[in-house]
Order: sequence, then C-alpha cells, then structure tokens
Amino acid sequence: MPWPLALTALVTIAFLLVPLVGLVIRAPWRNLGHVLAETQVVEALRLSLVCASAATVLSLVFGVPLAWVLARARFRGHGLLRALVTLPLVLPPVVGGVALLLAFGRRGIVGQYLDSWFGLTLPFTTLGVVVAETFVAMPFLVVTVEGAFRSADRGYEEAAATLGASRLTVFRHVTLPLVAPSLVAGSVLCWARALGEFGATITFAGNFPGRTQTMPIAVYLALERDPKAAIALSLVLLAVSVAVLVGLRDRWLHTGPTA
Amino acid sequence: MPRTAKPLVALVAVGALLTGCGGSSGANSPSGTSGSSGSSSATSSTAVAGTINVFAAASLQKAFTTLGSQFERKNPGTKVVFNFGPSSGLAEQISQGAPADVFASASTKTMDQVVTSGDAASPTDFVTNTMEIAVPPDNPAGITSVADLAKKGVKVALCQTDVPCGATALTVFQNAKVHVTPVTEEIDVKATLGKVSLGEVDAGVVYVTDVRAAGTSVKGIEIPSDVNASTTYPIATLTSSKNKATAKAFVDYVLSPDGLAALTASGFSKP
Repeated sequence: MPWPLALTALVTIAFLLVPLVGLVIRAPWRNLGHVLAETQVVEALRLSLVCASAATVLSLVFGVPLAWVLARARFRGHGLLRALVTLPLVLPPVVGGVALLLAFGRRGIVGQYLDSWFGLTLPFTTLGVVVAETFVAMPFLVVTVEGAFRSADRGYEEAAATLGASRLTVFRHVTLPLVAPSLVAGSVLCWARALGEFGATITFAGNFPGRTQTMPIAVYLALERDPKAAIALSLVLLAVSVAVLVGLRDRWLHTGPTA
Repeated sequence: MPRTAKPLVALVAVGALLTGCGGSSGANSPSGTSGSSGSSSATSSTAVAGTINVFAAASLQKAFTTLGSQFERKNPGTKVVFNFGPSSGLAEQISQGAPADVFASASTKTMDQVVTSGDAASPTDFVTNTMEIAVPPDNPAGITSVADLAKKGVKVALCQTDVPCGATALTVFQNAKVHVTPVTEEIDVKATLGKVSLGEVDAGVVYVTDVRAAGTSVKGIEIPSDVNASTTYPIATLTSSKNKATAKAFVDYVLSPDGLAALTASGFSKP
C-alpha cells in the first residue's frame, strides 16, 4: 500500500473517531444511571425509536414502488423527477421543515383541507414527527433500492413471466427477493437517518416532551441546561447506532457491492 | 522529494482545520476575533477598530442590528458581527470557548452563570422587557386575555422553560393563576413568534418587543401590568475577548443615551 494513502487514512480515522472518544471519556459515568432513568429521557428514547421505525415502514411501503418506477419506467422528465424526489438528501433539514409547514401545516396548501375536512393537524403531533422523518429519510431508501432494481438480472423476471406469472407476482416473488439485501441496507440507512433527524422535526413538529421531543432534540435542549445530561443522552444514541450497525453487520457488508 | 511533500501538505491542512474549528462550534461568525481583511494589524489593545463578535439574546435582534450599524458608522474601521440565539444556548457556547467579545443576555440568571464560570465580569443591567400575547392577525381562537390561553382546544406556543422568555411566561401564568399546557416549547422567542405568524398556533407568549418588531404579521394582546412579568437584560464584555477596547466601546454605546433611545424605541423599558 502506498504510504501517503495509509497516512491520510490514519488522519481520517482519527478525525472520525476522536469526537466519539471524547464523548465516551467525558461521559458522567457515575451518575449515568440516574440521568437515564429520568422519565423525560425514557420518553424521548421511546419516541425516537417508535418514530424512526414508523418512518422506515412508511418509506418501505411508499418508497419501494417509487424506486421501481424510477429504475424501470421510461418517460419524459424522468431525470428531473428523480432529482426532485431525492432533493431531501441535500436539502438542509430546517428548510424541509419550513416546506412541510407550508404544505401540511394548519394553514398549508394541503394542511388547511386536512384540518377543515378531517380535523387533522400534523404539526405538534407525534404523527408530525413521523412525517418529518419520512420526508428526510425516505430518499436514502429510494436511491439504494433503485440501484438494486436497475442492476437486478432481468432474465429471472422474464423466465417467470414466460412460465405464466402475472407482473405483480413476478414483482413480489422474483424481483423483491432479488433486491432483498438492498432493501435491508436501504432500511438501515433510512432508519438511522430518521433516528438522528433534528432540523425538520423541531421546525415542523415543535418540541413537547413525550409527544414530539425526540432524542436529538432532548440532547440539544439538555446541552443548554445540563451539559452532562446531554453527553449521557448522546452516549445512548451512540450505543443504539453502534448496536444497529453491529447487529446488521453481516448483511450490511454483503450488500455493500450490490447496493 | 515531491513524493513526500503532498501528504505533509495534506496533514498540515487537516491540522489547521482541526485547530481552526476548535471551540467555535455554533458561532456564526466567519472569522475569529482578530477580524478579517487585514484589520487585525489595527486591532491593538487600545484602539477602537477591527471586528467584535457580539452574542446577544434573540429578542435583541432588531434593536441590536440597528445599534450595530450605528456603532460601525461612528467608529470607522470597526465591524460588529452578531450571533443571536437563546440566551442559555449562547452562554453554553461561550463556556465552550466560542470567540465572543460581548454577551447580552435576556436574564440575569444566564449572565450570572457566565460570570460564575469566569468568562465575564461586572455586567450592567441595561433594559427590561415585559411579555405580551401574540396571535395571528385574524385571531382564530378569539384570545382576549391570559385566561383564554388555558381554554381547551387553544393551541399555545411557549419558549422552552430554560430560556428567559419561557421562564418569564411561566411567571405570568403564576401571577394570573392559570395553568397553560402548550402544544410546543420552542427553542427561542423567534421560533415561538414564527409559529404564531405562520398561523400554526392560536397564540404565543413573547416579549412586547417581538410583537412590535413583527409588524402586521402578528397581533398583540396586552397583558395587564398586575399579572405581567419582566426580565432584566445584562450586558458585559468577555474576559477572553481579544479586542477589549472595541468590545468596551460597544457596551458603552449600548448604555449611552443614543443606545437606550434606540432600545426604548423597540419597546424595551429602562431598568
């Protein structure tokens, strides 16, 4: 290995790991249990896990068909559509939150009808958190799965079709299993992004303990009041993230090349 | 030799990035306290020149922005860079070593924390601010009093209780003997006001100055003085300032009759 590459890689490793080491070293280990037993912390963690999982399920249900359309269908403006629906990947999350308010807020272009027809208002509700997280995280799943649909071997699908399978049957029993590793990889990415979501959530769903206060928001607020508690909370998020990555490591590594 | 030079350059660059970023997290200022565009040579310990970073409570945004440009006009060669935000968040940034020269807080409690940690000395109280109810221009929930905020179905945004506007709003509710459950506790007063002006909530409790600064985008409902509460704003130069002369000149300007006139015009009261 050329040593300049190795040396630069070492610097990169240090850059990425030193902040995490700082978190672990400065953590208030002695009263960690005390901080984490607070109801507000337990509620924030529960809310984060529930909302990130719900956002991932929604992303699978609505994102996989979109990924299939983007990968297989050919129509005018295809490239533009692809760019637009994956925009949240690069959009600052706070901008996403403002946009969501203008769309689904109480006076938003769609939200005003949700309110007057169904009495449904999304801002300041747990459902609002899920919506914000889905908006920000779904594109991660879509681009991952779209790549898999594109590179999947069409021969299997054609074989199934010649044997009389309907197009939906082919999709469910041939295409989906083919892209399963990417579905897992995309879901993990999506879930992790949703778990860490801050900007769109606090802008669209606000902050109320037990209802819309997720872990990242709790960390941010705790940093102003009690930095030690913020470090403890950060440690929990770090542990959850590591657990997920390690738990899915084998599948994750396998999916790397195909995703 | 060229083969070894490249990685070294990369290392130095990364090192510079690491040290350059240290401790300045959260600060909006594009440069350190020594200023940019060659002004650092003019920044001696006595001259009023160069750049200063002023960390100020979100509620001071409009008044201080005006004061800042007036100060720059009166003192050519100076540049005032503001970082507006929740007082408690700014205090935390200062204690983490953010490059600040002046701190103006919306509560004595937050300033006391900064003084206790040794980052500031002898602050001066310069204005006070009282609370007001802000509603969307069409007042959808028909709010007329503090008691209306406690009604069922009325959506209220408050500041979170760790920032001065949230703590002062709670005092108002205690004085009025009402119990208000907000739908959201926003990070700072501007975020609370934003939820009102967008019409996402029926009412918010913010400072008198914010209602005035918001113009026609919200409507203010006055809180009677017997239940209203106020918060006191202290200002101080910071001990870590690298441009103490300019920092002190700015504080003096805020405390001058001109400065107070601009602040009272925004709705602040004299302490």
